[in-house]
Parts: sequence; C-alpha cells; structure tokens
Amino acid sequence: MDKKKPKKVFVQGAIPPEKIANSVANHQSKTNIGAHSIFLGQIRADEVEGKTVTAIDYTAYEEMAEKVFHEIREAAFAKFDITCAHIYHSLGKVNVGELCLFVFTSSAHRKIAIEATNFFVEEIKAKVPVFGKEIFEDETHQWKVNK
Amino acid sequence: MKVTVKYFGLVAEATEKSEEVLDLNGTLTALELKVQCLNGLAIADKESVQIAVNQNLDDTITLKDGDEVALLPPFAGG
Repeated sequence: MDKKKPKKVFVQGAIPPEKIANSVANHQSKTNIGAHSIFLGQIRADEVEGKTVTAIDYTAYEEMAEKVFHEIREAAFAKFDITCAHIYHSLGKVNVGELCLFVFTSSAHRKIAIEATNFFVEEIKAKVPVFGKEIFEDETHQWKVNK
Repeated sequence: MKVTVKYFGLVAEATEKSEEVLDLNGTLTALELKVQCLNGLAIADKESVQIAVNQNLDDTITLKDGDEVALLPPFAGG
C-alpha cells in the first residue's frame, strides 16, 4: 500500500534521532521483513580555508523534488524486491552533528535492503534539486556541491 | 509569451529574487533563456547551472506561453 502513493519527504529542520527508532518500531508488525537497511546523513563540520562549517541551510525546488523522489521510489521498487521504503530529507537549517537525510528500506533478506538503500542515496544526491548553504561560524557562507 | 522563471540557491542569491515572470518575444529554447538569464550575473561556473522546464531537465525544449522554468545550481541533497 505504501508502494505507489507519493509521500511527503521533506521535514523542517533536523531529523530527530527518535524518528529512526519510531520507524523501526512501526515495522515490527510486518513479519515478512527479515532485514532493515538504514542510511543517515549527518552534517559534518568541514573546514574551508581556516573556517568551520556550523550548519547547512537547505532549500529545494520542492514540487520538482517531490516528483523526483517519487520517481526514485518507483525505480527502486521495480529494481529491488523490497517490502517498503521511506525517505526523509531536511529543509531549513540543520546544525553540525544533526541528521539531514534518513533512508530506510526493508526486505526479506539483507543484501536487497542494503543495495536498495545505496541506490536511494546515490539517486537522491544526483537527481533531487536540493541546495545547501554551508554556514560558517562568522556567518559567511558557501554553496555545497555533491561530489 | 509569458514564462515564470524560478531561481534557487546561488542563482537566487545572484538575482536577489526567487522568481519573476518574463515577457518574451519570438521563439526561444530553454538553453537560450538560461544564457540570457545568467548573462551578467556574478556566478563563477555558469555551465554547472541546469534549467528545468515544467520540472523536466531538458534545455532543448522550445518554450511556450505559461511554462514554468527553473534555474538550478548544482544539487547538494543528503
């Protein structure tokens, strides 16, 4: 049932660690699942020319991003035998050490779940129009680019 | 014809606005509009900016009245 319906991916601010535990708890009734795979993106305190990143302020072309997230979901369900998949991405300011991306896939067996999570993360980084302003401690900034 | 142009990230910073409606004359492809919009802006790597027409990344599309166009700097999700 959660296969086709477009889902809300964006959350305002950091993703609370409790959300991960709650998501796991919500799947304990699905007993055909044998493996969960989770990816968590955390804001890193990068150093650039002597200045340290303190936060990333995320913005997005939201309508297109939601469409692309949905297309990635469709592609993942076509490619991998996963039971379910959930994606959450932050918008707005996320401080270093906090979580900005949560990908959660479940399958009967581990290899499929792990591969599917990897697929989601790589596709999200490459295709979703999300932009990140890296803010330094002195309030200056630079724009993040995915490698 | 009128098209809505949306700006994001460093492009929005350079234009100092998030969107505007442009009244265009004649036939124009998305790529031609992108070059026109970025011309004169303080953006170091203009090649890295992509253009989406009605949420599709295809700069060969010929624009038509009512299109929504977006100028997208490099993606930084995750």
